[in-house]
Amino acid sequence: MNADWLLQNSPALIIAIPLLAAFLMPVIDKIGRRARNAFAIIILVIEEMLVLFLAYDVFGGNIHIYTMGAANPLTTVPAQAAVPIRIVLEVDAMGIFMAIISATVCLAAGIYSLAFIEEEKGKGKYYTLLLLILVGMLGMELTGDMFNLFVFLEVLSIACAALIAYRSNTGDAVEGAFKFLIISSIAALFVLFAIALLYAQYDLLNMAALAHAITYSNLDKIALVLLVAAFAMKCGSVPMHFWTPDAYSVAPASITAILVAASQASLYALFRVCFSLYNVTLNLATIGGALIIFGLLSMFIGVTMALPQKDIKRLMAYHAISQTGYMLLGVGVGLYLLADPEFSTYGIKAMEGGIFHIINHAMYKGLLFLTSGAIFYRLKTRNLNEMGGLGHSMKWTAIFFIIGALAIAGIPPFNGFASKLLIYEAAYKVSPILSIIAMLVSILTLASFVKVFHSAFMGPKIHDVEEVPRSMLAGMAVLTFVIILFGLFPGWVVGNIVHPAAQALAEQAAYIQAVIGG
Amino acid sequence: MIYSIPFYTVVILILVGLYAMIFKRNLIKMAIGLTIVESAVNLFLVTLGYREGGVAPIYTNLPSGISIPEGMVLPVPQALTLTSIVIGVAILALMLSLSMMIYRHYGTLDSRKVRRLKE
Repeated sequence: MNADWLLQNSPALIIAIPLLAAFLMPVIDKIGRRARNAFAIIILVIEEMLVLFLAYDVFGGNIHIYTMGAANPLTTVPAQAAVPIRIVLEVDAMGIFMAIISATVCLAAGIYSLAFIEEEKGKGKYYTLLLLILVGMLGMELTGDMFNLFVFLEVLSIACAALIAYRSNTGDAVEGAFKFLIISSIAALFVLFAIALLYAQYDLLNMAALAHAITYSNLDKIALVLLVAAFAMKCGSVPMHFWTPDAYSVAPASITAILVAASQASLYALFRVCFSLYNVTLNLATIGGALIIFGLLSMFIGVTMALPQKDIKRLMAYHAISQTGYMLLGVGVGLYLLADPEFSTYGIKAMEGGIFHIINHAMYKGLLFLTSGAIFYRLKTRNLNEMGGLGHSMKWTAIFFIIGALAIAGIPPFNGFASKLLIYEAAYKVSPILSIIAMLVSILTLASFVKVFHSAFMGPKIHDVEEVPRSMLAGMAVLTFVIILFGLFPGWVVGNIVHPAAQALAEQAAYIQAVIGG
Repeated sequence: MIYSIPFYTVVILILVGLYAMIFKRNLIKMAIGLTIVESAVNLFLVTLGYREGGVAPIYTNLPSGISIPEGMVLPVPQALTLTSIVIGVAILALMLSLSMMIYRHYGTLDSRKVRRLKE
């Protein structure tokens, strides 16, 4: 097995390995606890390495195409039917960028879970579903086929819903899962309907081929509305945000961290549809304006709803909505400015900000959810009023929490600052008010995390608890490492990782040519 | 005109399903609403796949007088429908089992009473 072979087949392997491993898990689980844990971690590490390996090549400027069952996406049987009907995996910089997020968050959550769910039942099924979530996310991010996107979206929804209800001995976990399932399945049916509308006109499912053929007819507009609505619903943007706090707060903390990445997979699908599928045919300023409005509403409503919360995870979930707003704002401003050739460099800057914020958010919000899980692990409560003085005994958790809180508030040495600054700068070109609102939201975010820190970690020692087990600390440390790394070298990250991803989204022609021209 | 009837049916079914999901309070009825929407979308896919006078895509040697791709039905919509049905069954099963658990915890399936999360 040489490196070239591995590189060529890695898109398929990245999806196939966890899929097979997921269904092997119940068998391995029979062997014993150690075998199960080791197997899960080994698979997650292999995934991370494969994704990074592929990423190294993709960020070098190549778009990888993997056609299922043929050498070339255009090969068909019979040969006269010149329609690319095969399932194609198309990996460009944006796709692999999202795959890095998914794999990293899943790895951290997997390590964290080792101790975190030790006392629960059904651990074999837990890891099976965790790997299936990973499959769903990676599938959505790497695929180049509309229907395949739908299938992986559903795999993701089913696995997520089942894991949200993991603590099914409490009623609220099941309630949150039911809500999540209803929302996701309706969204997925919208997506399927939109796909059918596109197929009806062009007889195509391949994204690149569709993008090539698309004419922006009335049916296309309806399909676009359905797709945008469905993915915005899944990524938890206001006004379709109501499932987020419910589902995020009841899921086990490790799963909540993954749910953040799962929402971002939907966000990715939204961007993919807007940029790669419709791009040139779109009225850029209108869609950009719509995304800006979605973004502003999410930012502001999310943070104001977060301030009065007493449940620590519910509070963080509202912040997740607010942070999703930043990404929508960044990319919306990007779309808006790209419409005007004079400002297109600022458009790219804005998109870089929005996309950089996606990875930053996944890291620090994942970390914050994991710390809230650590508190829950020791105190068995999510209510802020019942906490206090944890800083005395849970020093590492407190440090991780501070790092996460400072990063989310956009304080300079951490990664949140870098992406927020890019968004402020570019949004200023559209209207100074946008930047002012964005900064205001940042301040409110800081305020609410100061509140959480004070009520959870400060004060006299009232709970006699110990620090959480080492595997949970290790899981948090993985994310902290990335946060600090990105915070210290934002220039390198933007130049080598984020810029190619933004460029890949903005340049639709390269995406199409990779399939049609190749 | 007659060929448009399936499309009207699709629209009506989707509206009925959405109505059930939004206005019905019983969790089982919401699941039924979801299934109706799903059937409507499946019907839409199958309708798209119909081609008048087309032959089934099972011939390796085509009957004379049939050209590709005009005379042959592309089997993609049928494949999509099958996949979507399978996914639908999984979703429905999960949804019903969740409603079962909700009934165990709350003693009711009325969505107005299942709101422990809203305090």
